[in-house]
Amino acid sequence: MIFAPTPSQTVGPYFAIGLPWPEGPRVVPEGTPGAITIAGTVYDGAGEPVPDHLIETWQADPEGRFADLHGHGGRSSLPGFRGFARCGAEYGDGGFAIFTVKPGPVPDPAGGLQAPHVAVTVMARGMLNRCVTRIYFADEPVANDNDAALHRVPAHRRHTLLAEPDGDGAYRFDIRLQGDDETVFFSI
Amino acid sequence: MTDTHQTVSQERIYAPVADTPAGYVREDPAAHPPLHYPGYKSTALRHPREPLVYLPNTISEVTGPALGEVLPVTARDADLLAQHGGDPIGERITVSGRVFDTEGKPLRNTLVEVWQANAAGRYRHRMDRWPAPLDPNFSGAGRCLTDDEGRYRFLTLKPGPYPWGNHYNAWRPAHIHFSLLGRAFAQRLVTQMYFPGDPFFPYDPIFNSVADERARERMIARFSIHDTEPDWAAAYAFDIVLRGPAATIFEQPR
Ligand SMILES: [Fe+3]
Repeated sequence: MIFAPTPSQTVGPYFAIGLPWPEGPRVVPEGTPGAITIAGTVYDGAGEPVPDHLIETWQADPEGRFADLHGHGGRSSLPGFRGFARCGAEYGDGGFAIFTVKPGPVPDPAGGLQAPHVAVTVMARGMLNRCVTRIYFADEPVANDNDAALHRVPAHRRHTLLAEPDGDGAYRFDIRLQGDDETVFFSI
Repeated sequence: MTDTHQTVSQERIYAPVADTPAGYVREDPAAHPPLHYPGYKSTALRHPREPLVYLPNTISEVTGPALGEVLPVTARDADLLAQHGGDPIGERITVSGRVFDTEGKPLRNTLVEVWQANAAGRYRHRMDRWPAPLDPNFSGAGRCLTDDEGRYRFLTLKPGPYPWGNHYNAWRPAHIHFSLLGRAFAQRLVTQMYFPGDPFFPYDPIFNSVADERARERMIARFSIHDTEPDWAAAYAFDIVLRGPAATIFEQPR
């Protein structure tokens, strides 16, 4: 028997009847100390907001522990930490927001450390496959300078991966699917 | 703060966990649609023009959420026929199968989510304005977790085809949307399951965006008399295969 991969197809315009749920954008429960918000807008190649996108994020906790199936790094000491967020815009204004904590550094395959980052899946009507990007933090310049994944990105495009502090535990991270300042997407 | 965190992380031992691969095989471009496919007009402004930056898998890509522990998943969530007071109208079917990786290993305890139109081809979504009737007894969304052998099973209706405005007289073949989380961020997949012999196949750019015919066939369920609920529901079988572990982590794209 041959186990060939099942092809990807678009999430389409109607995923909101099945995928989002009210607690989906919460990586941590409400009231978690040190919680931050990462908010932004998804734009298309004409600079218009994409109102029907689905964003999913995956990250470690502030100590570098993953809330995953395999138990990497042991159990998170943050009660209710799930590491995952799902935000379905469902014909809003193209915006998204996740409620989370800033991840800690995690190991890279070469034995060093990766800068704090959040792995991101972007899907939408009109996207036949997902696009993968990462959110890094503009206020971690030293860690970012030493990050192996950022080193793979042409220097003039790295800023598209930086969430900018927006005051009061808020960060701004816009996603541009195409065009000027197009977000860097990764092949993983 | 950053320095403190680095000290903590460096001190912790990240012993490899037995069933976590170091990386996953690269996505096979022949098996998947391109992000830019002119026949599907909405791709025009929604695909990156810059090349993707190759990123060898790290711990962030080989781990993934245990969402089954977060979302309450009950038996009722897999029965789309019993979510309201009465029987929805349409052809009752079971949709069942197994979730594997490309090495043939079943993926157990992984979340499978579905959403679909009703028997008339209408979604219960406020942006679906096609004047086909809504069914008060059908929401069209379900979820379940695979068992120890990677099996999932839904009870639902065969969805109807529907027009979608991409071009003159454009119709989607009947399909059920599937979302799979797998066991790792790298395995995430959203796809659509189609029905055998659908007359709309030759005209649908979304289905045909997958260039390889054999790959397209992997999105078509199989009628399965063995899986029918006798005297109650017809049955379709649909196995899903996600990327599997790579034997070697390639530093450069193949
Ligand atoms: Fe659809």
